[in-house]
Amino acid sequence: MSTTQRIRVTVNGEAHEREVEPRLTLSEFLRHELRLGGTHVGCEHGICGACNVMIDGRVARSCLTLAVQVDGAQVTTVEGLRDRETGALHPIQQAFIDAHGLQCGFCTPGFLMSTLELLRDNPAPSDDQIRHALGGNLCRCTGYQSILAAVRLAAARLQPH
Amino acid sequence: MKPAAFDYLAPSTLAEAVALLARYEREGTDVKIIAGGQSLMPMLAMRVARPELLIDLRRIPGLDALHEEAGQIVIGAMVSKRCAEDSALIRDRQPLFHAATQLVAHLQIRNRGSVGGSFAHADPASEYPAVALVLDMEMKAVGSAGERVIPAADFFVTYMTTSLAPTEILTEVRMPVMPAGTGWAIKEISRRRGDLALAGVAVTLRLGGGVCRETRMAAFGVNPTAVRLTAGEDALNGQPPDPAVFARAAAAAANALHEPMSCIHASSEYRRHLVKTLAERCLAQAVERAGRSAA
Repeated sequence: MSTTQRIRVTVNGEAHEREVEPRLTLSEFLRHELRLGGTHVGCEHGICGACNVMIDGRVARSCLTLAVQVDGAQVTTVEGLRDRETGALHPIQQAFIDAHGLQCGFCTPGFLMSTLELLRDNPAPSDDQIRHALGGNLCRCTGYQSILAAVRLAAARLQPH
Repeated sequence: MKPAAFDYLAPSTLAEAVALLARYEREGTDVKIIAGGQSLMPMLAMRVARPELLIDLRRIPGLDALHEEAGQIVIGAMVSKRCAEDSALIRDRQPLFHAATQLVAHLQIRNRGSVGGSFAHADPASEYPAVALVLDMEMKAVGSAGERVIPAADFFVTYMTTSLAPTEILTEVRMPVMPAGTGWAIKEISRRRGDLALAGVAVTLRLGGGVCRETRMAAFGVNPTAVRLTAGEDALNGQPPDPAVFARAAAAAANALHEPMSCIHASSEYRRHLVKTLAERCLAQAVERAGRSAA
């Protein structure tokens, strides 16, 4: 059984068309079909948040989304954060480096995508709001304090002067 | 790929979706409807569910509508929890449903997870069924024989089971706007924020003539479905809003529960204790809100 489906997805501004099995998750589509390995896959059932990507402007688990469900959608992955012209890291990425918001880095792409949505919707979040927005991302290295510091730093740098 | 293989269809009208369900039911195909997929996908990944066919509702127009109609708030089944959470209508006019929505999982799950999906999934630890019992919500289902409206009290049958027929689609949920002067509260205990609740309680009540009236209480996470706590309601109605009364009503509610579920995280006895404690806290907060709302 299982008939493949043709899907068209725009990922980081680039249109892709592929024939996929219905059971292929978006995370697998990104990593194996498009060779975008930045989206990390931890638990594969929606707990850890490492695979978070932006789908039509909202952050979601790419492991809890089927590739066929994003037919026609705009997806942004961690690879799409970098400035396309200059290649410079996104201010959120730079803040995670500067504030030591990562150690092994496995969970970082997911944290970056959650932070991207948070700071877009709420440019000056309180610590409680940061904790709430990042509550669905697990990190086993940092103890989270440096991640909070990184988000605060990113928010400060992204503030319009 | 973790899920077992399945076929996938995304019909573009409700009529087409209903016809597909009827056809595959006749043919004996194991079909599952997918909405936001935030509960179904883990079940597929763990192969707890192994449907032969998924029917996706995402292309069907109108299922993402959210509006007020004749004193009721109507939420289309495909409205995401994030949309419900961001809706000023729900926040201002039905704060209990709003607060319940914010307790569901994490933001990234609420971004995709649908309101209707949670009702159809009927997890015993879900906040929505308890809120549905407290608010007398109604579910609209559409099947090949037409549509019907199912009251919350008849909708949830047991663990992960509703009274929806396999050929019916839940298209919307409806709830009354909260009347002015109503006090409300919802509280739960989970091991981490965003986890499913070990136990939770939702309450609405009104104050009048110095006593509590029209109390509605329900618990979730303790029995195969959410349950009305009628013993607690009866112990509170007609009594003054007093901490000693709250404690008595909460104890009555907890004592009357059928044997709560037990798991490695929470024994049956502990869940009963949580219902008592949460009910007591909910009643105090609901009374405070009712007083503030009346003032």
